[in-house]
Amino acid sequence: MNLRRIAAVTSKEWREIIRDRMFLFLAFLMPVAWMIVFGYGLALDVENISFVVVDRDHTSLSREYLHRFVKSRYFSFQRELAGEREADVWLQSGKAQAVIIVPEKFQERLLSGKPANVQTLIDGVFPLRADITKGYVIAINSAFSEERLVDFFSRRSGISRPQAEVRVRPIKLEVRYLYNEEVRSTWSMVPALVMFTLMLSSPLLTALGIVREKETGSIYNIYSSTVTRIEFLAGKLFPYVLISWVNAVVLWVMATLWFGVPFKGNLLFFLAASLVFVLSSTGIGLLVSLLVRTQIAALLITMIVSILPTILYSGLIVPVSSLSPGSQIQAHLFPSMYYTNIVRGAFLKGVGPEVLWVDVLALAVYAAVLRIVGYRLFTKRPRS
Amino acid sequence: MKSVPGPSSQRAVIWWRRLAVMTRKEMLQLFRDVPIVVFLVYSFTLAIYITGNGLGSQLHNASLAVYDADHSFSSRELIHKFQAPFFRLEGEIADPQEGLRLLDRGKAMAILEIPPRFHEQLVAGEPTAVQLLVDTTNSPQGLSASSYAARIVARFGQETALARVGSSEESSQNLPVIENDHRVWYNPDQNEVWFESISHLLRQITIFAILLPASALVREKERGTIEQLLVAPLTPLQIMLPKVLSMTVVILCATAVGLFGIMQPVFGVPIKGSIVLFFGLTALFVFTTAGMGLAAATLARNQAQVGMMTLFGVAPMLILSGLMAPMEAMPEWVRHLMVLSPLRYFVEITHGILLKGAGLKILWDSVLAMAVLGAALFGFGMWRFRRQFE
Repeated sequence: MNLRRIAAVTSKEWREIIRDRMFLFLAFLMPVAWMIVFGYGLALDVENISFVVVDRDHTSLSREYLHRFVKSRYFSFQRELAGEREADVWLQSGKAQAVIIVPEKFQERLLSGKPANVQTLIDGVFPLRADITKGYVIAINSAFSEERLVDFFSRRSGISRPQAEVRVRPIKLEVRYLYNEEVRSTWSMVPALVMFTLMLSSPLLTALGIVREKETGSIYNIYSSTVTRIEFLAGKLFPYVLISWVNAVVLWVMATLWFGVPFKGNLLFFLAASLVFVLSSTGIGLLVSLLVRTQIAALLITMIVSILPTILYSGLIVPVSSLSPGSQIQAHLFPSMYYTNIVRGAFLKGVGPEVLWVDVLALAVYAAVLRIVGYRLFTKRPRS
Repeated sequence: MKSVPGPSSQRAVIWWRRLAVMTRKEMLQLFRDVPIVVFLVYSFTLAIYITGNGLGSQLHNASLAVYDADHSFSSRELIHKFQAPFFRLEGEIADPQEGLRLLDRGKAMAILEIPPRFHEQLVAGEPTAVQLLVDTTNSPQGLSASSYAARIVARFGQETALARVGSSEESSQNLPVIENDHRVWYNPDQNEVWFESISHLLRQITIFAILLPASALVREKERGTIEQLLVAPLTPLQIMLPKVLSMTVVILCATAVGLFGIMQPVFGVPIKGSIVLFFGLTALFVFTTAGMGLAAATLARNQAQVGMMTLFGVAPMLILSGLMAPMEAMPEWVRHLMVLSPLRYFVEITHGILLKGAGLKILWDSVLAMAVLGAALFGFGMWRFRRQFE
């Protein structure tokens, strides 16, 4: 190993990156652009659900009931319809996602102590939205029911309202939201997007950088030079590791300043862990680059190996602890899960190495293994 | 065209024949490009299968640990109400501190804490409370978990209260409550597989509608064969149209494979509306979106650049058109911006036809918007191409 040769390869690589406008764009602008797009695009808060109502009762109680939906910030009232037939069209055209149908004798039945049957039609095309809509409807309905019950018991049995309340709802559920106290989806998505963006951009950048030399043939200069394999790989990868690490810092700044996500952990630890992560993600790019010959192939293969596993097995959308045992094993085979633990832990949970050392260690092992395999596969004597 | 002698009918025949020959050439070239073919096949088969199976955002098997300070009949009853498919019991913990550690390490998503004297208070008719600690680093899941927990606890409480008072007169038949009767339409079981596999299919159609014609055109530039085409007796339209035509055919075939080979038989995705209408509109979508690819190709110098442009130009469209998160959840300015995304209308059309069984009568406005946008995009691509090569 000769440090001067490594430095030479690095400076050559650095100039190439700087002088290729597309590459420069890819290296620095893309992560920023993606962070913005995904940060807004993956907000999974379901609000403003458009709904229409069919009120067959038209009494003060039915209006009071419907008003709960109108004033809820989760729902957005569109119109009152004359009949169910019209409601079909609203749902089918996607202009409304829910229809609430209040039956005749709604007030009469409730006041005389009988249940009333309210129909809700929900557009199920988007299952997550349907599920959350259903949850909101149930919550509004049960709150309304409870009030009616308290009213009913206190009037009929002559007990005080608090007593009636205990009777209606004997167990309270006190929910404490930890780490993301206001339950903002931005807070939970954006840190994970730091992982997602780096996981896509750094292997891609690395793979393209190496394959470009193969495609243009300039790698033959390396083959015939005195640079050894290890010197070449070290010098070649260094700028990409550095760029990815700088990007991690840029993304951290965006997450905290632009998206306003709190950072509760230790910044030094986060930076160190991020360095270990980019060492392993660039390793993936190295591996891909050794298997293909053209840049377009490198691009496509990197997408295949990085997008789906990252979305599915990193905990980005579904927590790893909820996955099936088979998928959990797969999750442990990709580096994205460990880094997701690190970013969410460092941003929201405020935990440090005492909890996350396992994840850092796993990433370090990953980086080392990828480099050893890469070193083995790279040869200065190409077949054919 | 000017160079072709003879009557106009003969000229037309030759024009069409040239178009056919060029289309055949494009097909041959595409199938010799191994990486792209591998990506194409993977995207429309295996990837649909993987995404459909694995990608879903509903609460499922949320791992729950329990701290039970009561150890009574009632507390055990309540704990056992937390069940699959929403929850998975991870077992009991000895003290609340351990619960926090489990949450910190991400080994559990929620901790249920039952206070001492829970059973006693419940039986005596005193108010009592149980605590749920939820990890909201993944906020949709956390919210969902607490909403399901609230339902479970409320139902359990009502059941025990009714049992205590005696259900003789106060069965739920005789109480003034709202009976929930919600029906989820178009996807009654809220089968996420349908939604996710359709979303994936649409994403792939969009990516390839841009990538394939663009890379076909850039390949000619890269290898210099474009010069041959330019000196051949072909109009720019005859060079460009076959690329779009052949790729449209390829994408329609791939869509058919994905739809009839994976989505319908394996996932049971319904096709309620007209299949002809669906493929017709898919062709329209592919054809018009290809205009973006051709425009990109006039800017790029090599295939890698095309890939990059596809990736970054299309990513916002793919993510923000209502395939990953509902449109209503997005900020106003994003929604306004997405009026310009043809995919957004195609999403509505696809959901309408496949799941809702809607026809042109209901979808006409989306179809019109898509057609207008598409014509503009295609016109732009064509204009860029002419300017560069004529």
